[in-house]
Amino acid sequence: MRKYLLKRIFYLFLTLFIVATATFFLMKLMPGTPLQNEAKLTASEKASILAQYGLDKPVWLQYFIYIGGIFKGSLGLSFQFSDQAVSYLIGSRMGPSMQLGGQAMVVGVIFGIILGAVGAIRKDTWADRLATVLSILGIAVPSFVLAILLQYYLGLKLGWFPVAGWEGFAYTILPTLALAASPLAETARFIRTDMVDVLSSDYIELAKAKGLSKFGIVYHHALRNSLIPMVTLIGPLAAALMTGSMVVENIFSVPGIGEQFVKSILVNDYPTIMGVTIFYSALLCLLLLLTDIVYGIIDPRIRLSGNGD
Amino acid sequence: MENPENIIEVRNLQIDFHTYAGEVKAIRDVSFDLRKGETLAIVGESGSGKSVTTRSLMGLLAPNAVIKSGSIMFHDEDIIKKSEKDMQHIRGKDIAMIFQDPMTSLDPTMRIGLQIAEPLMKHKGLKKKEAVAQALEMLKLVGITDPENRINDYPYQFSGGMRQRIVIAIALVCYPEVLIADEPTTALDVTIQAQILDLMKDLQNRIDTSIIFITHDLGVVAGMADRVAVMYAGKIVEYGTVDEIFFNPQHPYTWGLLNSMPTLDTEGGSLSAIPGTPPDLLDPPVGDAFAARSDYAMKIDTEKEPPFFKVSDTHYAATWLLHPDAPKVTPPAEIVRRQKKFATMQKPEAPIKHETKE
Amino acid sequence: MVDNPNNIEIKPGDFEPLDKQAGPDNEKIAAPSLTFGQDVWRRLKSNKTAFTSFIILILLFLMAFGGQAIYHQNPNDQEPKYANLPPKIPGVGIHGLNGHINQGGTDVDAYKAAGAGSDVHYTLGTDYLGRDLLARIMYGTRVSLEIALIATLIDLTIGVGFGILSGWMGGRVDMFMQRIIEILSSIPSLVVMVLMATAFQKTGMASIIAALAIINWTTMARLTRAQTLQMKNQDFILAARTLGESAPKIAWKHLLPNLSSVIIIQTMFTIPNAIFFEAFLSYIGIGISSPQASLGTLISDGQKNFQFLPYQMWYPAIVLIVLMLAFNLLGDGMRDAFDPKSKR
Ligand SMILES: Nc1ncnc2c1ncn2[C@@H]1O[C@H](COP(=O)(O)OP(=O)(O)O)[C@@H](O)[C@H]1O
Ligand SMILES: [Mg+2]
Repeated sequence: MRKYLLKRIFYLFLTLFIVATATFFLMKLMPGTPLQNEAKLTASEKASILAQYGLDKPVWLQYFIYIGGIFKGSLGLSFQFSDQAVSYLIGSRMGPSMQLGGQAMVVGVIFGIILGAVGAIRKDTWADRLATVLSILGIAVPSFVLAILLQYYLGLKLGWFPVAGWEGFAYTILPTLALAASPLAETARFIRTDMVDVLSSDYIELAKAKGLSKFGIVYHHALRNSLIPMVTLIGPLAAALMTGSMVVENIFSVPGIGEQFVKSILVNDYPTIMGVTIFYSALLCLLLLLTDIVYGIIDPRIRLSGNGD
Repeated sequence: MENPENIIEVRNLQIDFHTYAGEVKAIRDVSFDLRKGETLAIVGESGSGKSVTTRSLMGLLAPNAVIKSGSIMFHDEDIIKKSEKDMQHIRGKDIAMIFQDPMTSLDPTMRIGLQIAEPLMKHKGLKKKEAVAQALEMLKLVGITDPENRINDYPYQFSGGMRQRIVIAIALVCYPEVLIADEPTTALDVTIQAQILDLMKDLQNRIDTSIIFITHDLGVVAGMADRVAVMYAGKIVEYGTVDEIFFNPQHPYTWGLLNSMPTLDTEGGSLSAIPGTPPDLLDPPVGDAFAARSDYAMKIDTEKEPPFFKVSDTHYAATWLLHPDAPKVTPPAEIVRRQKKFATMQKPEAPIKHETKE
Repeated sequence: MVDNPNNIEIKPGDFEPLDKQAGPDNEKIAAPSLTFGQDVWRRLKSNKTAFTSFIILILLFLMAFGGQAIYHQNPNDQEPKYANLPPKIPGVGIHGLNGHINQGGTDVDAYKAAGAGSDVHYTLGTDYLGRDLLARIMYGTRVSLEIALIATLIDLTIGVGFGILSGWMGGRVDMFMQRIIEILSSIPSLVVMVLMATAFQKTGMASIIAALAIINWTTMARLTRAQTLQMKNQDFILAARTLGESAPKIAWKHLLPNLSSVIIIQTMFTIPNAIFFEAFLSYIGIGISSPQASLGTLISDGQKNFQFLPYQMWYPAIVLIVLMLAFNLLGDGMRDAFDPKSKR
């Protein structure tokens, strides 16, 4: 197990290194400097600004400085907000994003499990069909469309929730709903497929032969066995939430990382784009590693063998 | 109950399955008894309806199954008429079941101790601690070594044979009156098979339970069963005591089964599987379903269904060959050999009731 | 149970041995055997949802690629004086399709207000530049589909090739290739796409296609590898090998046909995924840009006027949602149809 963990951690760093390198050189291909909007500067002023960003040095040196900086927790300076460190920018916007992402994950996974389990237990009934339709819709309706609709109909027309902004819990409800749709749908589909399999397995047959009630079978045997593989879904769900947060935060004016990312992309703020890229990748890698460890702990089948599947 | 010695009486059971292709007539008029303390083996090729028959005893038929007619009497009550709730009180307590594949029969995420304890908590109302304590006793009984330390292990930590012992422990923990074992050794190695069979016989004596033992392999029946019922295409075609079926079989299908069975004393080892395939139960043939595969088929086999002809008080077979007007045929050599042996087995003062056909 | 029954009517000849060769119905063939493809098609047709989805997809494809033959409006023709007109279909009086809008509580004929003659009508209205919305939606759907299909095709080629190679070679090569997949799939796909789209901005469709193709193939590669590993040691492959067929030939003649169901099913899910990401990128402004259109840009444009002219976003959004739904449902249906376990 320990050897396996060390290997995984090594791959985590390797992945991040590759991401950082690829990002750096892709961004170097791009035209544009922090000077874009300041064309009227004198030559010496320009030179001093370039020096401030380290852009006067040769590319290979910039690269080593950048990679070295990452180890010290520095992601360079933002072009858009001169003088602001990218790491500071990300840090100051992490709160709302994490809160929204966390809420959406919890809401989505819990309701997804319920929806999926109902579908599997009541397979081929109207309840199953309804659950299937809901989960297919959750996948088919893109988060940005859903966000706009929620904002207009529940926020503006009915006035139940604040339309946009970030001033308290009420402001988190609509964006959370918009973000939760996709994890909810994915979870529901996953759990339904999984649980239909589990419910037709031999050990469920044996549980029936023991005389357990339908509820007892689902609660003691089926749920547990279908939820364990669900852990592996956390990583992909988190990745989907990152995608969703970019548009949802934008539509609801949430001061999070996603909103900043879109802005930076649109104004070609390369250091911030690179920083957020590396941040997202690190987050996902960590999550994947964590879910792997958790999976190993909760699934007795793989506890000894050391690696999943 | 027709006979006080019977614990289960199945009469005229008929079960269909709704499928896309039509109605699968899986069980077509099956009747049999299970006596107190006996082991009844049901044998037949796969697909002959053994599992469906026994599942109906548990009330565990697939949702697309329809019981067209018949009754299953257990303690003077018809199981077919019972509600799902009532069945839950019978399953695992009065009638228990063991399945074919021990590798998949246990919940992989639950400690085996708790899995054995579950029926006790459900049927005897025991608290978890007491139930697990009794589970430990059961583990000893089924021969798990070092049970104190293994009771908290998970299924993956056991071998196939050990897992089947655990499944047996689960089935027997409430001391059921009837144990249904659906091919309990099919998935196991030959040496392990023998151990499991021995264990079942041993436990049957201790716990005093009746066993319905299902298998497609006549080989494992000999040492295990008191009586044997042979099933083909959703019907019982012959039944009798184990000696009668092994040494004086009457139905060509039973001949075929015995012929394809490897035995130590088979001369020359002339092993032959029954040619052909079982009929399509969507549209079962008229008459004797085995006629199409039988070397002894007669015209009437394709027209009329054979009734049960009595061979002895305990031995009946549904084949037109037993009709008094039917021509005498010579069964395959191996069967003739067996019948000769049967004749010598009979004590002189109890002459054979029915002429064997030689 | 029964003692020897005596009351059986026996006709002469009943006990004649049965002549097997003569008997016509001894070896009846149960059902005409279908080829695998026919069987899949039959099962797909019997699945109403999947079949409906299939029909809807065909209609959408016809609309996107052939619609211009019937509906001649140019999607890029601007008519500023007719900007933001609501849908109007001549002869239809239903509100929402009659060219009227609700302005501050009163019903206004928007076409009259814009000074349009009675011969002017836009089936789905116009956008903020006075471009015909129906024409733009047809055009945008075509662009979205083109991007998604090309990206999926590239995906498929890379994924299947990689998967087969990895599974077939085994050993160290396989290990190495699996590490590559592992690393790639622990990078959020969004990040890869944004990077690609940003880095190759203004190259239009090509950059999006490249971005989409890069992220999706790992799943396909995993699936094909698993299947290849399974099949590698099966008799028919071993036979082909002993006969001395070359590896590429075996892959083409034996592996691919047997992989086809896995590939087709996965493709059914890759396409909507690509459609979604294209719309996403175009929506945030780094995908397709004006005057080109895709479903994403149309939704983004429509959103600006959503409060007053909701149809401008609703219509492209509905097309996008229906596309995604149909592909997903068809994919589900295909999975069931290809699954021998679900033979009902
Ligand atoms: N759920 C079901 N739906 C349709 N047919 C079934 C179902 N279960 C069993 N059958 C059919 O019933 C017949 C008997 O099956 P089974 O009792 O499992 O055979 P055995 O246990 O003797 O091998 C088979 O022809 C099988 O195809
Ligand atoms: Mg069976």
